[in-house]
Amino acid sequence: MIETLVQGLLLGGLYTLFALGQSLMFGVMRLTNTAQGDFIILAAFAAIGGIALTGGAPGLVALAVLPLAFGFGYALQRYVLNGTLGKDPLPSLVVTFGLSIVIQNLLLEVFSADPRAIEIGGLATQGVEVGDALSLGVLPLVVLAVAVAATAALQWLFAHTALGRSFRAVSDDREIAELMGLDARKVYALATAIAFVLIAIAGVLQGMRTTVSPSDGPLLLLFAFEAVIIGGMGSFWGTLAGAMILGLTQQIGFRLDPGWGIWFGHIVFLAVLVLRPQGLFPKTKG
Amino acid sequence: MTRLLATRGLQAFYGDAQALFGIDFELAKGELVAIIGSNGAGKSTFLKCLTGLVRAPRTAIEFKGEAIGGIPAGEIVRRGLALVPEGRRLFPSLSVEENLLMGGLTQRPGPWNLQRLYALFPILAEKRQLPATSLSGGQQQMVALGRALMSNPEVLLCDELSLGLAPIVIREIYAAMPAITGEGMTVVIVEQDVTMAQRVSQRIYCLQEGRVSLQGRSDAFTREQISQAYFGL
Repeated sequence: MIETLVQGLLLGGLYTLFALGQSLMFGVMRLTNTAQGDFIILAAFAAIGGIALTGGAPGLVALAVLPLAFGFGYALQRYVLNGTLGKDPLPSLVVTFGLSIVIQNLLLEVFSADPRAIEIGGLATQGVEVGDALSLGVLPLVVLAVAVAATAALQWLFAHTALGRSFRAVSDDREIAELMGLDARKVYALATAIAFVLIAIAGVLQGMRTTVSPSDGPLLLLFAFEAVIIGGMGSFWGTLAGAMILGLTQQIGFRLDPGWGIWFGHIVFLAVLVLRPQGLFPKTKG
Repeated sequence: MTRLLATRGLQAFYGDAQALFGIDFELAKGELVAIIGSNGAGKSTFLKCLTGLVRAPRTAIEFKGEAIGGIPAGEIVRRGLALVPEGRRLFPSLSVEENLLMGGLTQRPGPWNLQRLYALFPILAEKRQLPATSLSGGQQQMVALGRALMSNPEVLLCDELSLGLAPIVIREIYAAMPAITGEGMTVVIVEQDVTMAQRVSQRIYCLQEGRVSLQGRSDAFTREQISQAYFGL
């Protein structure tokens, strides 16, 4: 039983990383990035491709992907997504959905449909013994630690920095924020840039702990989306809590029957949507 | 007196609906001018045109000798025009102090900073950490006024400071005006309360259905003249 709970929390750590970028982009500009999962997979393949091309150490290549992701996210928001924002959420949904299809097919073309992984040698299978009966993987523990650190860092950024203040201000009232001299388009671009760093972190860790293939994206999007909705839109600790609840439920489901895990997660998601559509922990940002 | 701000035949539209039909307006440095008029007369639209929130033809607005009509709001505040918007529009997820800091983003040099504002409105210093929208209406208006002052504008535009406030609170807000104009600040107030507008301003403009129906020295008009211009009776 304890093992199920611990494994659930570790899985929750992974889902937190899937979801934080989504939570950030929605919180700042009410934009639902339906290509979130595909961008995660794209980042994993960027690292895989980078390692194959340069022959560099996986850890270094993975780190090099992060600033690239920052620049990519900034440019994507500045030159593509900013044009889709407005009272109507449909244009941004359609454009990111289109990007999702483009990315999947691009990856299929370049890397084929074979599952691949970022080879990190023994680290992927190393474990630590906790007590008598419990053995935990080192990599999942790293993922959980990164997830908690990323959540805390985002919360701190939002609550205590000038940039975070700008994020909250444009989210509250874009027109008045611009009246204060803020360039909302640049603020949005920075938010997406940071979201894409989180997406890249999620992608390389996903590529290290398991295999990735070009069609994985939509399922990751679903988990990210469920975590964000369960936790409450726009709150980072809420997103972490939502991801933990999703991870725990899936693990409990898997334990009852190997076919039930994902399904259990969906049931909890639907239950939250029906009983508490604003999420369990909404609006704690800032 | 040197002319600081002027509009010439300013027209403004919301989609197909015309809100302003050729407003001629002048403001000299150091003046306090009031704009009065009934609901829908175009007072707020006029201020929004001046600050870039509603599009205006380039040459219709002149500030310090330059045409500024239709340039982005962020650029206008950098040049020295700040607006206290109608209904205050504070940032709800920001604290009192964070709201004020947003006003200071342009980092224009000048006398106004957090310290000076807290001296002018001591209650804000006390509540600086609280969410801005948890304050009373009058205190929120002080935050909105302070936020605009933080950009150290040359011209301060106030849209209905008295909106939804009790008379005693309105007097408290206007009591701060001498401290603001004492720095040589030029101020435009849009005000529904005609008596208050006449008392604090040197000149008034009255708008009626998007046109100037009366203008001149604030003490030059009788009550009848003003209500005629106000209601068009």
